[in-house]
Amino acid sequence: MSLLSGAASAPVDAVVRGARLVDPRRALDDVCDLVVRGGVIAELAPPGVSAAHEEIDEIDGSGRHLLPAFVDPHVHLRVPGDEHEEDIDSGTRAAAAGGFCAVVAMPNTNPPVDAAPVLRALRDDASRVARVPVGFLAAITRGRAGHELTEMAELRDAGALGFTDDGGAVVSAGVLRRALQYQRLCGGVVALHEEDPSLSGDGVMHEGEVSALLGLAGVPSVSESTMVARDAALAGYEDARVHVLHVSAAESVEAIAAAKAAGVALSAEVCPHHLTLTDRALAPVPETRLKMNPPLRAERDRRALVAGLRDGTIDCVATDHAPHAHEEKDAPFEQAPMGTTGLETAFAALHTDLVLTGELSLPVLVERMTAGAAVYGLPTPTIAVGEPANLCLADLRVDWEVGESGYESRSENCCFAGRRLTGRVLVTIAAGALAHRDRSLSTVAA
Amino acid sequence: MRHLLSIEDLQRADIERILDRADSFAEVAGREIKKVPVLRGRTVVNLFYEASTRTSSSFELAAKRLSADVVSIRAAGSSVDKGESLKDTVQTLSAYDPVAVVVRHPHVGAAALVARWSRAAVVNAGDGKHEHPTQALLDVYTLRTRLGALDGARIWIVGDVLHSRVARSNILAFRRMGAEVTACGPPTLIPRGIEALGCRVSYSLDGLGEADVVYALRMQRERMTEAFVPSLREYAARYQIHGGRLSPGQLLMHPGPVNRGLELAGEVVDSPQAIIADQVEAGVIVRMAVLFELLAAPPPAAPQRAAEPAAAEAPA
Repeated sequence: MSLLSGAASAPVDAVVRGARLVDPRRALDDVCDLVVRGGVIAELAPPGVSAAHEEIDEIDGSGRHLLPAFVDPHVHLRVPGDEHEEDIDSGTRAAAAGGFCAVVAMPNTNPPVDAAPVLRALRDDASRVARVPVGFLAAITRGRAGHELTEMAELRDAGALGFTDDGGAVVSAGVLRRALQYQRLCGGVVALHEEDPSLSGDGVMHEGEVSALLGLAGVPSVSESTMVARDAALAGYEDARVHVLHVSAAESVEAIAAAKAAGVALSAEVCPHHLTLTDRALAPVPETRLKMNPPLRAERDRRALVAGLRDGTIDCVATDHAPHAHEEKDAPFEQAPMGTTGLETAFAALHTDLVLTGELSLPVLVERMTAGAAVYGLPTPTIAVGEPANLCLADLRVDWEVGESGYESRSENCCFAGRRLTGRVLVTIAAGALAHRDRSLSTVAA
Repeated sequence: MRHLLSIEDLQRADIERILDRADSFAEVAGREIKKVPVLRGRTVVNLFYEASTRTSSSFELAAKRLSADVVSIRAAGSSVDKGESLKDTVQTLSAYDPVAVVVRHPHVGAAALVARWSRAAVVNAGDGKHEHPTQALLDVYTLRTRLGALDGARIWIVGDVLHSRVARSNILAFRRMGAEVTACGPPTLIPRGIEALGCRVSYSLDGLGEADVVYALRMQRERMTEAFVPSLREYAARYQIHGGRLSPGQLLMHPGPVNRGLELAGEVVDSPQAIIADQVEAGVIVRMAVLFELLAAPPPAAPQRAAEPAAAEAPA
């Protein structure tokens, strides 16, 4: 059974001419023409060499970059239960607009994905409407309540990529240990939202100078890092495979590095907002679009996250795309729900704030934005003849303002709203089908 | 100045200008008819989402003494109880075309949001644990009256700093006015990073003798059940200001209401060193000065040539 669900679309036949192809896994960084036939990469050739192709799309790639499309291992599609915030159609449109060819959806829905019938209904829905293929995680515990394990084996049979109680931690070490033991039977990565609620309490932002100034209750970095250390120890003891979700604190990066050095089978992801923004952005008046869990932390944390992503301590980028209704966010900071959208801005924000500033190279960014696939055992998008076309054409010279022409997402709670970013995704081909084409893109029929 | 949301927005000169104005209103307070016609025919809305006696009554009196029409709204029993959002309430009240909205709310940043949603001038009368700027202004006024100036004065703020908007506004205001500030309390009630506001931190009263002013904060009884302190008895043993700890010549302040026998011993509340009643008295005239500053003070000199370019561009 395929692990991903998506609507069947007509396979692409197209040639992208003159783009700079960058695929770090293939040590590819060259200007080439690329031909896709029947949704499969059919030809890579020096510019102008491949003959004019009749009856296929010509896409002008000159001055632009053609990249393996990205994989987001962490999105919230809000289905079932909160379709006023997002659904599979709008969420995967947002993904395609951001250059993603696959996403992994979290199970903290209403009801949560904690039983096979819910999962089967979701996969059925996705197979009809998803613009890009979607993989689904199931809950570790029933109702995400942290007490009893879900029927993990049956959920795996029904197509769960893995398990998570994201949105909250598995607080009981004993319960998590049982899940990690059970993983030997059913497989599936166990993904962990690391937060000790006795330390985070009613915190709404990073604990530090800015929270002291604003009088907002703080979430200390140790509420995350102590749980990373605990769970890494459990995973090591049980020989389990775990993935740490949305790492935000410098101390957590250290704990992850220590666990990897000790041979624990652990991977980790980091979000664009934690790599580019800090708690300083909350002063003097905290904007609710900057409220997320885990919170934006201090500059030293941001630097540690970038360094960890660069050196591979952190494996991949994940958006934690978390749509919320306008009226819920249009409230005092403490009352507003946590979360920011991120699919449509991830690449542009990281290109603008990390690549253009010299903190991260473009090939490393591309590698980390596709590495989420391997976390869940999905095929990694790559540019090679014979591979399915999972491609993203981006123009790294284009300046645009976030939100200027709305969002594909049903929600607008984007932490980068109003920011000018450099670099825009023009075309996304996902699983061989055209998933997104920017309105500005002119095409010339052959 | 368009709104008063935070002491952070004020420079020393702004504070001095407001307090000088309060001085001129002190004379009005001594008259038999305590009214000036500054805001006649204009409406001030007091929007209080938290219980308050002295702040709401002093804002109400301040507006009335400036001859404004005053509407006071309490959250309890109002549409707020029926689930109306802050934004919708503000937009509803905007229909009365108020010139000012005084807002107290349990959440940080609420006054700033009201300022965004309304055309009125907004005065923050307390937003969650963030700030209470008019309290800080009246405290500076009270001290200025006693000391002449705050420059170099050593002020200890003692108690539950973590949950206190008064502490945050006062640290900022006292620092702006040149005082040295120490925040003192149990480590569980001193927020991490508070030094960034420009104060020192002490976990004991040992150095209290150096203080010119002791500013005690209200200790809320529920802090014990929330395990911030082991017991109110132990808190009082370590941090209560009593006759043995208050040195001669030190001034004692408190934002009220006082828990006698908890943060303050009865004998110091009643001593001549306590200037708590002066603080309350200053509340009305300082709030009059704030409303005057926002609503009636002459605007900063407008750009002189604003009309000319349009005229120049007009077709000949």
